Amino acid sequence: MSMEQTKGLLKFITCGSVDDGKSTLIGHMLYDSKLIFADQEEALKLDSRVGSRGGDIDYSLLLDGLMAEREQGITIDVAYRYFTTDKRSFIVADTPGHEEYTRNMAVGASFAELAVILMDAAKGILRQTRRHCQICSMMGIRHFVFAVNKMDLTGYSKSRFKELEKDIKKLAIDLELENVMVIPVSATEGDNITKRSVNMNWYSGPVLLEYLETVDVSGQSNEEGFVLPVQRVTRPDASFRGFAGEIECGGIRVGDEITVLPGDERAKVKSIIVGDSEEDHAIGGEPVTISLDREVDISRGSVIIKDTVLSISSMFTVKLLWMDDEPLAAGRAFVIKLSTQKLPATVMRIKYKLDIDTGDKLPSEVLYKNEIAECEIALVGSAVFDRFEFHPTLGEFILIDRITNMTSACGVILHSLRRSDNIFWQDFDITRDVRAKSLGQKPLTLWFTGLSGAGKSTLANALEKRLYSLGYHTMLLDGDNIRMGINKNLGFKEADRVENIRRVAEIAKLMNDAGLIVLTAFISPYIADRRNARNIIGDGNFIEVYVNTPLEECEKRDVKGLYQKARKGEIPNFTGIGSPYEPPEEPEIITDTLGHDVETCVDELLDEIRKYL
Amino acid sequence: MSEKHTLSHLDRLEAEAIYIMREVAAECEKPVMLYSIGKDSSVMLHLAMKAFYPEKPPFPFLHVNTTWKFREMIEFRDRRAKELGIEMLEYINEDGLRAGINPFDHGSSYTDIMKTQALKQALDKHGFTAAFGGGRRDEEKSRAKERIFSFRDASHAWDPKNQRPEMWKCYNTEIKKGESIRVFPISNWTEADIWQYIKREEIPIVPLYFAAERPVVERDGNLIMVDDERMRLLPGEKPVKKMVRFRTLGCYPLSGGVESNAVTIDEVIAETLSAAESERTSRVIDHDGGAASMEKRKREGYF
Repeated sequence: MSMEQTKGLLKFITCGSVDDGKSTLIGHMLYDSKLIFADQEEALKLDSRVGSRGGDIDYSLLLDGLMAEREQGITIDVAYRYFTTDKRSFIVADTPGHEEYTRNMAVGASFAELAVILMDAAKGILRQTRRHCQICSMMGIRHFVFAVNKMDLTGYSKSRFKELEKDIKKLAIDLELENVMVIPVSATEGDNITKRSVNMNWYSGPVLLEYLETVDVSGQSNEEGFVLPVQRVTRPDASFRGFAGEIECGGIRVGDEITVLPGDERAKVKSIIVGDSEEDHAIGGEPVTISLDREVDISRGSVIIKDTVLSISSMFTVKLLWMDDEPLAAGRAFVIKLSTQKLPATVMRIKYKLDIDTGDKLPSEVLYKNEIAECEIALVGSAVFDRFEFHPTLGEFILIDRITNMTSACGVILHSLRRSDNIFWQDFDITRDVRAKSLGQKPLTLWFTGLSGAGKSTLANALEKRLYSLGYHTMLLDGDNIRMGINKNLGFKEADRVENIRRVAEIAKLMNDAGLIVLTAFISPYIADRRNARNIIGDGNFIEVYVNTPLEECEKRDVKGLYQKARKGEIPNFTGIGSPYEPPEEPEIITDTLGHDVETCVDELLDEIRKYL
Repeated sequence: MSEKHTLSHLDRLEAEAIYIMREVAAECEKPVMLYSIGKDSSVMLHLAMKAFYPEKPPFPFLHVNTTWKFREMIEFRDRRAKELGIEMLEYINEDGLRAGINPFDHGSSYTDIMKTQALKQALDKHGFTAAFGGGRRDEEKSRAKERIFSFRDASHAWDPKNQRPEMWKCYNTEIKKGESIRVFPISNWTEADIWQYIKREEIPIVPLYFAAERPVVERDGNLIMVDDERMRLLPGEKPVKKMVRFRTLGCYPLSGGVESNAVTIDEVIAETLSAAESERTSRVIDHDGGAASMEKRKREGYF
């Protein structure tokens, strides 16, 4: 039992091109080592019989767990398997080979300490082999095993293996891969997987499982000093204020002096809680809650350090793997998650993208799914970070799409940039689309129309407050800010009323271009004027909201006493009295204020508007 | 105090789970922890107590009760909640209860109505945006493919072909209104890890996990415990007393026990490590629908 507890853990992935036999290899390893449970073995035999490849056991069925995978006979997503031998515990991520599912392969790579790269001995190094090696290396893997598979189909040819070994060594140099091991195997026949192959006496190196059991991946960590990114501030009562997080590297003791970033404030460690017990010290990898001897400004996203230096800046250069179906164009805005920090970020420039086959750096303005590129990223505000090679957890990040919430990209920080550095701002157009995306919303104009006193301004006002509280960026145009300002020179004659509406429409359009959601509250009585406004603003962005309060009700309300004056003839051409109101023929939304309070109406409006947002 | 140098396998798994729980508490609007009373839930509860100490976990716990749980489970649940001073919510699908849905007459629709639908109703009722579950990837093939942060659309459905990439420890917790996340902090634990951790941390678990003399009937190769008078016996079936224990706990008519003399944690671990059958075989429900049944249920909103 004690051995179980102290035994080390190795996390590794298998990758390689489709049909190189990854799932079969792992399946065989588990099967040979009697590491699969009896009922899984039974299910496997059953699946094989109904499967497509005839009577033999198909080991890959052990891992291809999704229905779609079994139907298509391919691996789509990462499968995690857990096994233990006398020497080590293993978690293996079996990853898909298809180019389409590269991002799922990258998920496995981000998790692993070692990569087993499968190659078909007959085919040699393929495009996917290169891509996978590049991604593994980018994600921080420092140990590679190349399993040259299907040796049985080459007649266990030593010369073919030697040839491939040479190619692999060259690839390793090109891609700067460290710690490379090459092993000839046959996954279906079980050669050199767990047992030494009798068919390849010429190979004297370790067999695969033996190598995985003994390889030392701890290496020399580049990580310097003590780093604790703060996940949460814990305040159970007034007497205790603790900072919870996982120690990324280094050790800490009670009494040590630490520095808090950003802010550079210093304090001494007063207490350390590891899990639920108070200790005098803690080490890298442990979840802790520490308290300090004095009040310091710390919140989620702060980083507590000792004996090291981190960068604080708003710009850096990164290596990026684009994972979204929609391509990336420079200028696009995201939310970046970097350690426990989250803030708005923009990809300012794509410096170049990598040609997978040749390793060439190609200039490009667009990045498609599964492509790797070097980019410059600018943040709104600044972040605490480091180069990925120095402190991995403070140099790795994801980009989140502000509208779909998709994890669109992942990347590692190469180095920091200062504003004063000669930054080349890519020549991209700040379009309406770019501005809207940076605000994370779709611009619209909500055009309220209805009689005087119908409740247009009241509703538009209340709705704007609601939208604002939901995080939307809005602008309200009404008589107060238009009639008194830009339209001060207009009167109430018909020509002036037409011009008034035209100007309102043009302003709304400009504000839509700026990315805002505009609400307008004008009587706008004529169908022709509103049609004109719709043409100016654009059909897809114009939402006509008809506030359908009957004339009698408006006249009864008569907040400003205008109806009374109009009835007395003091205001000529007053809409509804001396001048007609033409109700909309097909408004997007009709709201009836009669007998409803404002909040109910706003709730209903919001439900309708959600369709367009 | 002795110097520590490296972390063991269990220490690393514990740290990962605690990190995940703290991320959810910091970033998600309204989290809840699903509590099924089983050993994995006991481990989850223990991890939550550790993750936030000296605070209590900043979220409630939720038990979806089918009303067919072992009596000892309910007693255990109420006792633990009281001892630890945590908020324990219970949800029962009252419509299903009124309609008389039961595990004897309704087969897989029982599981759907009293567990899957009930869970969805409970999450909707409270408006929870993130729900922790104790699922582990070693349990079953479709679980082996699921992310730690697993997204559900507004109708709680899982789309296995379009999972968000999950890199390093950079968890993406962003969702739209109506959507929710299932979070599995012990995804990377195996059954053996669970038992060793229970031992190391001395975590209380329901006594049903230890062998004792219990009244059982043998049905389709499973030993089913006769826990109360609602158990329907088939013609010729007669409860007999046997030394049995349970490897997984659920509704008593659906939980198969195994004959065992393991009465201590060490004996249970010894049996588990040499076990030739993975644990879900003893939960009867997995057998209907074949190998793909779990994925299908998950797509429909099962945890």
